[in-house]
Amino acid sequence: MAALKHLLDFEGWRRSEVESLLETARLMEEVLERPMKKVPALKGFTIATVFFEPSTRTKTSFELAAKRMSADVVSFAVSGSSLSKGESYKDTLLTLQAMVLDAYVIRSPVAGMAHQAAGWLRGSVINAGDGRRAHPTQALLDAYTLLDELSQLEGKKIAIVGDIAHSRVARSNAELLPLLGADVWAAGPVGLLPEVLKGARLTSNLAEALSDADAVMVLRLQKERMQDGSLPSIREYISEYQITAERMNLARPGALLLHPGPMNRDLELAGTLAEGSHSRVERQVRAGEAVRMAVLYHLLVGRAA
Amino acid sequence: MSLLIKNALLVDGAGEHGRGDVLINNGKIASLSGGEAATTIDGSGFVLTPALFDPHSHLRSPGQEVKEDLRSGLLAAAKGGYAAVVAMPNTEPAIQRPEDVRGLYQQASRLDGARLLLAAALTEEQQGRRLTPAGLLRQAGAVLLSDDGRSNDDAGVLARGLLYAAAASLTVAVHAEDTSLRGEGLMNDGALSAQLGIPGNPAEAEAARIARDLEVLRWAVRKAAPLGHQVRLYVQHVSSKRGAELIEMAHADKLPVYAEVTPHHLTLTAENWRSFDPVFKVAPPLREPEDVDALLRALESGVISSIGSDHAPHTRAEKERDLQNAPFGIPNIEVAFPLLFSELVDKRGFPLAKLIARMSDGPREALGMKEIRLRVGEVADLMLFDPGASRSVDPATFLSKARYSPWQGWRLKGWPLLTLLAGKEVWRDAALA
Repeated sequence: MAALKHLLDFEGWRRSEVESLLETARLMEEVLERPMKKVPALKGFTIATVFFEPSTRTKTSFELAAKRMSADVVSFAVSGSSLSKGESYKDTLLTLQAMVLDAYVIRSPVAGMAHQAAGWLRGSVINAGDGRRAHPTQALLDAYTLLDELSQLEGKKIAIVGDIAHSRVARSNAELLPLLGADVWAAGPVGLLPEVLKGARLTSNLAEALSDADAVMVLRLQKERMQDGSLPSIREYISEYQITAERMNLARPGALLLHPGPMNRDLELAGTLAEGSHSRVERQVRAGEAVRMAVLYHLLVGRAA
Repeated sequence: MSLLIKNALLVDGAGEHGRGDVLINNGKIASLSGGEAATTIDGSGFVLTPALFDPHSHLRSPGQEVKEDLRSGLLAAAKGGYAAVVAMPNTEPAIQRPEDVRGLYQQASRLDGARLLLAAALTEEQQGRRLTPAGLLRQAGAVLLSDDGRSNDDAGVLARGLLYAAAASLTVAVHAEDTSLRGEGLMNDGALSAQLGIPGNPAEAEAARIARDLEVLRWAVRKAAPLGHQVRLYVQHVSSKRGAELIEMAHADKLPVYAEVTPHHLTLTAENWRSFDPVFKVAPPLREPEDVDALLRALESGVISSIGSDHAPHTRAEKERDLQNAPFGIPNIEVAFPLLFSELVDKRGFPLAKLIARMSDGPREALGMKEIRLRVGEVADLMLFDPGASRSVDPATFLSKARYSPWQGWRLKGWPLLTLLAGKEVWRDAALA
């Protein structure tokens, strides 16, 4: 695999590079199964998590991943920071850089932030989500979770359901999963569908997307969509797009159910489904840690283990 | 003080007139066939034209001098070949009282560079609700009324504003974008914005507002005509194919509408957003290649009669924020002419005389002023430029405070060597011996 410096999105990635990364993640997951869950692979490296937008799970997952590889981790969050004193993102990042860091895990509410940062900083930049644009490690962990059970994605039908237009998870999955041969469908109400989603087929007909799907990925529905007018009625959404046990029956028997979290139970999916036999939600969380270990390792050490 | 420019190619909005020896005396063109002068410039290989006139510039004074001030803005304009610039009133506070206008003119009278002309706000604080006093502003010397930077959401206020402006012989300029369709849009709405996950600002937002404003104009013309007043609506920075089509339809209806296009909408597209660099963030947004082609056709046919710079300086730090928080606007007044000479005339064969017409005659006409021609007795607002030598755009050399550029590194020809304002040198390039 070519020595990649940053993980911003999957633009320009090749299938072999993705597969190599996921293979490393499998080795990393073995580490997580040991009683002593720590390897010295990134000893001496310092990694900053820089979150310009609140997040608990992604931040925790990255920090744990770094610590399990023996890296030092510093964490920078918006609240109480110099940002609230009017400092710019750029100055904040340059200040962190002056503290001598090797990698920056950046989350931002604005698209393009990670790309801008990659232009400003000498170290590696990992995009932990930028606006509605990209969330590459989420897509990698989704791919990892799917491959775990489907063994390969060639010709597999994956349905992404919900607020596609505003979802970085949908965008990154639509970039990544087709690279691995998957047939990606994206379904949601017309006001929540983008004009195009490269790599995916768009439909407002949920049944069409679910029909014979091998996996269903349910997105979080944000209630602010009611305010900006892109979704007229939550009640109507639930009635037409909520993933229920009955609707899961449209998919293949044993189809997998994924959700990037955090979930709104009884909104985008029926509350009991999260613990049901279809659900791989917990599996995703653990896969996230392994995948993030692999990403850090690839970017900082540059070669597959 | 007299000046003779020898052997330059003479081009004005009416066409090319061969080589001439232009004598300037007492601020006017005294002869096109030589004569005695205190100073002589060899214009061989260069082109002499009427100086450019910018109907749309943001000089940021008062209140935002950290971005630009009258001194830097007027010098930058002169360097760009402009003898006059119309400064927009979206300042802090807005330019909206007769004393604001008089005070700024007084400040500018002590400064070098291009001549300052002022647009005043159409409505108080540019909020689109209460009209400013058009007659008094005209008496103070305002040449245009505009709430530029904002859109006039209330059609009734705009309608009455057009009437009062007409009674004061003033044009009203509008930033035509439907606020709610535009929403939080940052870049052109389309397949690319969907792919990049960046909120889109659709061309339909511009077209919808132009269509509405044309109906408002129709109403104002109907009301003003019996009183003998000339209504004039100036649509700033038309950016889309559909916008240009609507202007063309209005012209067929004989509506008194004038349309403008900017240097950036003629030379850049939404594709530039792949860089995620806020230097490309501007409203209305950079569109698609087919829009650029349509704008060029409209510029050539005269549907769009005016090129306004919409020079919109911000500090570098402001433009290095994230895409959401960086302000809208592109600074360009020092590169506008070489950019358009290179990209339109040199590369696409756009007629030079027409480019001069659109950068000098068109904007003047839209404001109710006479065009400038290269003829004896005309005021000597002139520009001499080099059509041959190419130079890279280097923001470090800008006189504007905004020392960054979306065209950084572009090799351009047509750099102004000399700008004269009523015969007085307001810019002379070091390359001119």
